Amino acid sequence: MAGTMRYSYPPNVHIIRVPCSGKVDALHIMKAFQKGADGVYVAGCLEGDCHFKTGNIKAAHMVAYLKGLLDEIGIGAERLEMFTMSAGMGERFARIATDFTERIRKLGPNPAKAGSDKTDKVAVG
Amino acid sequence: MITAERKPLDEIIDYIKPFSRILLVGCNECVTVCAAGGRKEVGLLSSALQMAFMKEGKVLDVKELTLERQCDPEYVEELVPLIDQVDAVVSMACGCGVQEVAKRFKEKPVFPAVNTKFMGASERQGVWAERCQGCGDCVLGMTGGICPVARCSKRLLNGPCGGSSNGKCEINPEVDCAWQLIWDRLKSLGIEKTYEEIVPAKDWRTSRDGGPRKIIREDLA
Repeated sequence: MAGTMRYSYPPNVHIIRVPCSGKVDALHIMKAFQKGADGVYVAGCLEGDCHFKTGNIKAAHMVAYLKGLLDEIGIGAERLEMFTMSAGMGERFARIATDFTERIRKLGPNPAKAGSDKTDKVAVG
Repeated sequence: MITAERKPLDEIIDYIKPFSRILLVGCNECVTVCAAGGRKEVGLLSSALQMAFMKEGKVLDVKELTLERQCDPEYVEELVPLIDQVDAVVSMACGCGVQEVAKRFKEKPVFPAVNTKFMGASERQGVWAERCQGCGDCVLGMTGGICPVARCSKRLLNGPCGGSSNGKCEINPEVDCAWQLIWDRLKSLGIEKTYEEIVPAKDWRTSRDGGPRKIIREDLA
């Protein structure tokens, strides 16, 4: 919707499309950080609106767990977030993409960054 | 199942700090079910450890393998082709698995990545509770299928103590009084008389008090 409504969002946000935020695996997120992503956020449907009933709630629990793990290894929980929005909220999508990019920019590069690929990653379900 | 929980990352990192190539071994049995050391947890820990090393400007080469059962020597043999390519082994199995790997590969340091907790059952998704202490002389036949050894905080065998209140244990209001559960169950089965039988002092020699235990099945051995 952000595209058709002509809302712009930072070009460094790399979108990985999944059928449901519940389909995002913890390992996908860890690998994204390992490959150099400075921040990752999961964009799921609004609470109560999951087509598969609890996919977004499952994703939120997984994100909470991973935040703890990221803190433990010193990458920082604030580099990972879960947001909810409906498919029609193009403006919210663009605003979150912009705000999150800004937050990550302030935090600086991923401390574990090894490669040169520097993108923010987002999973949309 | 045997339940376990991953150790704090700092402790695991401390173990492997001197090495640059490790073999991270999971187990497809109990620790997979309790989400502590199966294939998925191996992947997550591998990724986390590699990032922790990268952060320090070091490289950690992690080989990952999840065995069908780490407590059986037949399956531990599957590590042979990999063992020479690593400096140390980190096992995500219960204590039995860690020891099997350490026994097989005497020349390699082997470290545990999980704390083995208890024999338990799933109460619901993500929650496991202790159900058996392996006392070696099961009393469940007398207690309506509810174990006073594992589930009574004092392991009492002849009814509850004075700390039982509204069906809960005095140690924690979240903990059910095992003897309340037993009584309710005996009553619903109509065999309250069983409760009247005095159980003599238990012979704990069949438990850990008799030293490390062993089972030998002559027909199979």
